[in-house]
Amino acid sequence: MPLAVDIRKTFVSAERRFTLDVAFNATTQRVVLFGPSGAGKSLTLQAIAGLLRPDEGTIALHGNALFDSARHIDLKPQARKVAYLFQDYALFPHLNVRQNIGFGLQRGWLNARARHISAEVDYWLDALELRDVASNYPAQLSGGQKQRVALARALVARPQLLLLDEPFSALDSNLRQRMRAELSELQTRLDIPMVLITHDPDDVAAFGDQVVQITDGRVREHQAFSGYLRSAT
Amino acid sequence: MQQAWIPLMLSLKVAGWATALNLVFGVAAGFGLSRWRSGARDVVDSLLTLPLVMPPTVLGYYLLVLLGRRGVIGAWLDRFDIQLVFTWQGAVIASTVVAFPLVLKSARAAFEAVDPQLERAARTLGVSETAVFFRVSLPLAARGILAGGLLAFARALGEFGATLMIAGNLPGRTQTLSVAVYAAVQAGDDNTANFLVIVTSVTCVVILLLAGRLVPQRTLLVPR
Repeated sequence: MPLAVDIRKTFVSAERRFTLDVAFNATTQRVVLFGPSGAGKSLTLQAIAGLLRPDEGTIALHGNALFDSARHIDLKPQARKVAYLFQDYALFPHLNVRQNIGFGLQRGWLNARARHISAEVDYWLDALELRDVASNYPAQLSGGQKQRVALARALVARPQLLLLDEPFSALDSNLRQRMRAELSELQTRLDIPMVLITHDPDDVAAFGDQVVQITDGRVREHQAFSGYLRSAT
Repeated sequence: MQQAWIPLMLSLKVAGWATALNLVFGVAAGFGLSRWRSGARDVVDSLLTLPLVMPPTVLGYYLLVLLGRRGVIGAWLDRFDIQLVFTWQGAVIASTVVAFPLVLKSARAAFEAVDPQLERAARTLGVSETAVFFRVSLPLAARGILAGGLLAFARALGEFGATLMIAGNLPGRTQTLSVAVYAAVQAGDDNTANFLVIVTSVTCVVILLLAGRLVPQRTLLVPR
């Protein structure tokens, strides 16, 4: 995958100073950023999505600069065509499943009406088996359904890249296995490049065609997955 | 009947306009303050909240100084032949200023309670900043804003001090219900005063009942 990241950002608070210094070149369609919580994985993902502005460096996707401090390029998140799956899914509580999925398709200053029908939304409702809950609100969904809605919402606008922030941490272990298989199958079918962050070695085994290990804001190891994590745990 | 009907309609008109203006300016200011990262924020918030704690007569005096014919704004408006002193529009401005902090405070709190993650999610979905406000932030803050708007309407309906200072007590033109009660008592007209007080009380009860219907007890987040 032609994603190249090379960024630095320093956070200073009264108690501590944290420097994020991450550089990696994604060479496969599935990349896992692996490391303990607080290591800077989410910050890296936010920088790729444009939700966090690095102090300096470059982020390029398919050869196009999303961010380049030297050339003063900093595309807004709206212009990056990068989908972000949030850890807690961040579904809009005031919109039903149909409206949530279609959110990025709808232009203008108003939300689509609750019964608005769109062929693309219908496609995803069927693809992820959400047809029965199409008019439900997020508070009425199970964890797995919420995740499917968040996935559909992220993918409906045909992004160039899918970012996933600890996608399975909120699910119980049975569901986790199933959703891993679903995501894997979906990624293969759409052939969309993805970057997944996790601290769970099982996620690394499932998705880590390439593993970037981050500790204390720095890239420690960067290599194709060769089973070393399995032996370490 | 007639002596109560005219001030009642005037009061409702003035309070309605004041609430509508506050729903625009109060919500805008509340949103601005909730997103503004600066040390000056608390100072600005305090200044904008002043109308809540200052005596209405003092506010009315300030407005008179600003909007009177020789006031800074009043002199400028006079060139376009616009006079606000002793008009119902002047009463609207008085009520708007007095009720402004109520909308500001509840709007700011409501916007601060909106999960920023939802706004960021909307941005990654390609939606413009203006659309993020109208499609995510505003609907999620609507309940709090509505509550503030109702408080503001009630406050504007009862406005007395500042209104009397700037709009005066002209029966049929600027005499609102609360001013009419005072005028009737001053004139020793107990019958009119009793009638006006009953009309005011009934109006307030009706508004409270309507308000209870407008803001349902169930949460807006789960409409079913």
